[in-house]
Amino acid sequence: MALLEVKNLEVKFGLRTGEVTALRDISFTLDRGQRLGIVGESGAGKSVAAFSILNLISRPGYISGGEILFDGKDLAKLSTKEMRYIRGNRISMIFQDPMMTLNPVLTVGDQMVECLQAHTKINREEARRISLEKLKLVQIPSPEKRLDQYPHELSGGMKQRIIIAIALLLNPDIIIADEPTTALDVTIQAEIMDLLLELCTSQNLGLILITHDLGVVSQVTEQAIVMYAGRIIEQGPTKEIINDAQHPYTQGLINALPQQGIPGERLNQIRGSMPPLHRIPQGCAFHPRCDYADAICEKELPGFTQSGGCQAACHLVAGRIALKAKAEETH
Amino acid sequence: MTSLVSIKNLYKKFPIHGDLLDQISFSGGKFHLKHEYVHAINGVNLDVDKGEALCVVGESGCGKSTVARTVMGLLSPSSGEIQYNGQRIDNLSPTAMMPYRRKMQMIFQNPYASLNPRMTITQALEEPVRWHQPKLNTAEVKEKVAEVMASVGIDPSWGVRFPHEFSGGQRQRISIARALIVDPEFIVADEPISALDVSIQAQVLNLLMDAREQRELTYLFITHDLSVVEHFGTRVAVMYLGALCEVAPTRKLFSSPKHPYTQALLSAIPRLEDEKPDFIRLKGEVPTPVNLPSGCVFHGRCPHANERCKQEIPKLLDVDGTRVACHAVEEKRLG
Amino acid sequence: MQNIEASSPSVWARFKGSHFWHSFKKDKVAILSFVIFLTYILASLLAPLIAPFDPYDMTQFDIMDSEIPPSWQESGDERFVFGTDSQGRDMWSTILYGTRISLTIGICAVLLQAFLGIIIGLAAGYFGGRIDSFLMRLADIQLSFSTLMVAIIVLAVFQAAFGAELYQDLALFMLVLVIGIAEWPQYARTIRASVLAERKKEYVDAARVMGLKSNRIMFRHILPNTLSPILVISTVQIANAIISEASLSFLGLGMPPSQPSLGSLISSGFEFIFSGSWWITIIPGIALIALVLVMNLLGDWLRDVLNPKLYKG
Repeated sequence: MALLEVKNLEVKFGLRTGEVTALRDISFTLDRGQRLGIVGESGAGKSVAAFSILNLISRPGYISGGEILFDGKDLAKLSTKEMRYIRGNRISMIFQDPMMTLNPVLTVGDQMVECLQAHTKINREEARRISLEKLKLVQIPSPEKRLDQYPHELSGGMKQRIIIAIALLLNPDIIIADEPTTALDVTIQAEIMDLLLELCTSQNLGLILITHDLGVVSQVTEQAIVMYAGRIIEQGPTKEIINDAQHPYTQGLINALPQQGIPGERLNQIRGSMPPLHRIPQGCAFHPRCDYADAICEKELPGFTQSGGCQAACHLVAGRIALKAKAEETH
Repeated sequence: MTSLVSIKNLYKKFPIHGDLLDQISFSGGKFHLKHEYVHAINGVNLDVDKGEALCVVGESGCGKSTVARTVMGLLSPSSGEIQYNGQRIDNLSPTAMMPYRRKMQMIFQNPYASLNPRMTITQALEEPVRWHQPKLNTAEVKEKVAEVMASVGIDPSWGVRFPHEFSGGQRQRISIARALIVDPEFIVADEPISALDVSIQAQVLNLLMDAREQRELTYLFITHDLSVVEHFGTRVAVMYLGALCEVAPTRKLFSSPKHPYTQALLSAIPRLEDEKPDFIRLKGEVPTPVNLPSGCVFHGRCPHANERCKQEIPKLLDVDGTRVACHAVEEKRLG
Repeated sequence: MQNIEASSPSVWARFKGSHFWHSFKKDKVAILSFVIFLTYILASLLAPLIAPFDPYDMTQFDIMDSEIPPSWQESGDERFVFGTDSQGRDMWSTILYGTRISLTIGICAVLLQAFLGIIIGLAAGYFGGRIDSFLMRLADIQLSFSTLMVAIIVLAVFQAAFGAELYQDLALFMLVLVIGIAEWPQYARTIRASVLAERKKEYVDAARVMGLKSNRIMFRHILPNTLSPILVISTVQIANAIISEASLSFLGLGMPPSQPSLGSLISSGFEFIFSGSWWITIIPGIALIALVLVMNLLGDWLRDVLNPKLYKG
């Protein structure tokens, strides 16, 4: 059995205008040493997915269905205390904005020591030694100096390295990184991504990388999930998704990238925009924007169809695969 | 070719604000008023030719937005000149500036802040028309607004609504409409798509390209995203720490980048094709613009730097059709 | 894009769907405060119709009726629900008229404060630099004199210079002027702070790029976006102004006894409180406290609703 197995996860938000389903039917697995990317545009539910794995969804949101099995235990049902143990020791999270994690009035060293001492019974010296070791692991220049510095004395790239070091402090099995480089410049982004990739291999970590950037996903992850309006619409090996996307939305996203277009020509745009959660259309949520939408797309929610190594939730793909199977049968 | 907008030897520094008490320092038995500055732009010379889409790229803090804001007259230069059609405009009075205001427009980065939340879309779009063309009657103004709204893909009947009722992409279309409504010839776009989602970015980029074709616009396009530049720009200017590193036609820059910084920047773009990031690592961090490094601002991070780079500020020189500010390129040590 | 309907809902429908209306409906304290406040407003507007007597008409009261306790007490008189004061005026009628005067002074003084404060705060925030420093130091100086001190000095000098009779005629006007001028820095500071925040937003840059004049940008673009804090401090400032007026009246510098406000009523009853005539002070006192409390509660609620950081975070 996989280390982390999410099964049919559903998350709802109780708003004053009524309940909206932010996530539905999310299923995936992750083991140590595997790298999974979750891609989607803002509002697709990718951050909600990350937060719900750690049971960090705050009211009015709640997990309304499905299971999050970690080491055989359902995280959605754990007590606050048990969950806190998991959060620190087994699964850690890296946020987009370093200032969300770093306390501006404490030195980096104090914060790391505090974090260690909250979870393990070790003395200060030992904690400092471990902190230093982790700072070296994230290849920060002159790590001894950094321990006594305050967050505002460090550049954005350096802060993000420290966040990664803090995430590694208790030797977790899985790291969830929510848009870890969105606030950073390209050159720094490349370095941080390279670091994450290296750490996953050397520390045998499981990584869930949440991002809107297909380029980053293609460089770092092995498996990818594409989300749209709270659902998974395509999942499979990253390489296959990038090179041979099945779902029209994934194809649209890839083709809309400026680097895919011919310089000076118009880009292949997807028309319209993603519907807000309380106004998700019936049937396939993508049908109003889809060039291939059929009558069935407007009525029926598509299930997953296996196509090569990928699974896509699309009537069109289902139809194509069925046609192919028929053709093979008649041969 | 004639240049529409010229930036001549532009410098811009911002005082680091503090109270009088913060500025007073005590040394050598005397009180001093210390003045510290952020040197945002340090000697930029750039011509924007008629009809081109000149992209200015660089990482955060390189001064690219300051260039945009200075060109538009939102900031006044510390020294240097901005010229429009050969006429100096950075020292004009607001009234003398009015005719240029109609010709130069700007599109902003954040679609959530660039529209007045208390004005309906129609009000926001009618205001500039009434201001710049007071002779038009109400029907003509309405017709003009409807026409421009339709051209950016916003249904004119939505004009009675307020900005918060629109999505980010729609708001950016409205901002573009506001810029286009006075029929400008020159548009400064400051990161117009970086706050938008991938699928919306393509829509807005297409809209800007269509507008350029239909209205014969000239763009000064500020961005940090090189893949957008490659697609959109006719010419690229790369900035680092307030100075220009390299100015070249887009295709030339992407096929044969000369400046070591441009090379590093290009190698860091996450591409779909390659599997593992294989990029040029720069040493260290971007120095602070408060105390600029001597000589070439890039020398501390440059793998090809020598003594001369530490001493002498390189000039933008023509090297096979590219303008590069690098001693190593000039001395043929590189490229 | 298909999710926006072409027609626009009416202002009323928009208001009913708003966060503002929704949180008002949910907050019992806000509803109760608003109802009480509305009652005060109605009572003071309709005072001449509701009041059984006209306290300004000397012929309607008799010194023989003085210090009659409220009607529910043993020696009370049914004609005077809340009893009478030392001159024999009906307390109920006098309180109605007094509330009218207190509210008038409160609202007018705040209008004056808002007028001064908005112009000064807008100019300071928008132009910045020296103008900002000058105006804000002016505000600091003004604030370093407390309202009461300014009022006492100005009103006392006025009474001494022009005589008490002229003062009695102009008392309402003078009080509005003094309280209005003494408290403008509260407005100026609040508005300056929100103008500074708004000025950084790109829509202001967009207006500048359009070539609009400073005045137009300030009043047409920035001011409407600072209305929320103005609304919040206005409610609190009206309560403060009413209290200031009451304090001044208590000190004998407010409304004359012939046209009593709530403050002067409290003050006029104070000398009789130990002789057992407590109602002359206590009843208008309760009316004043309730009014001020309700205004402050409304102000608190408004601040919670209009500050997006509070309800989103």
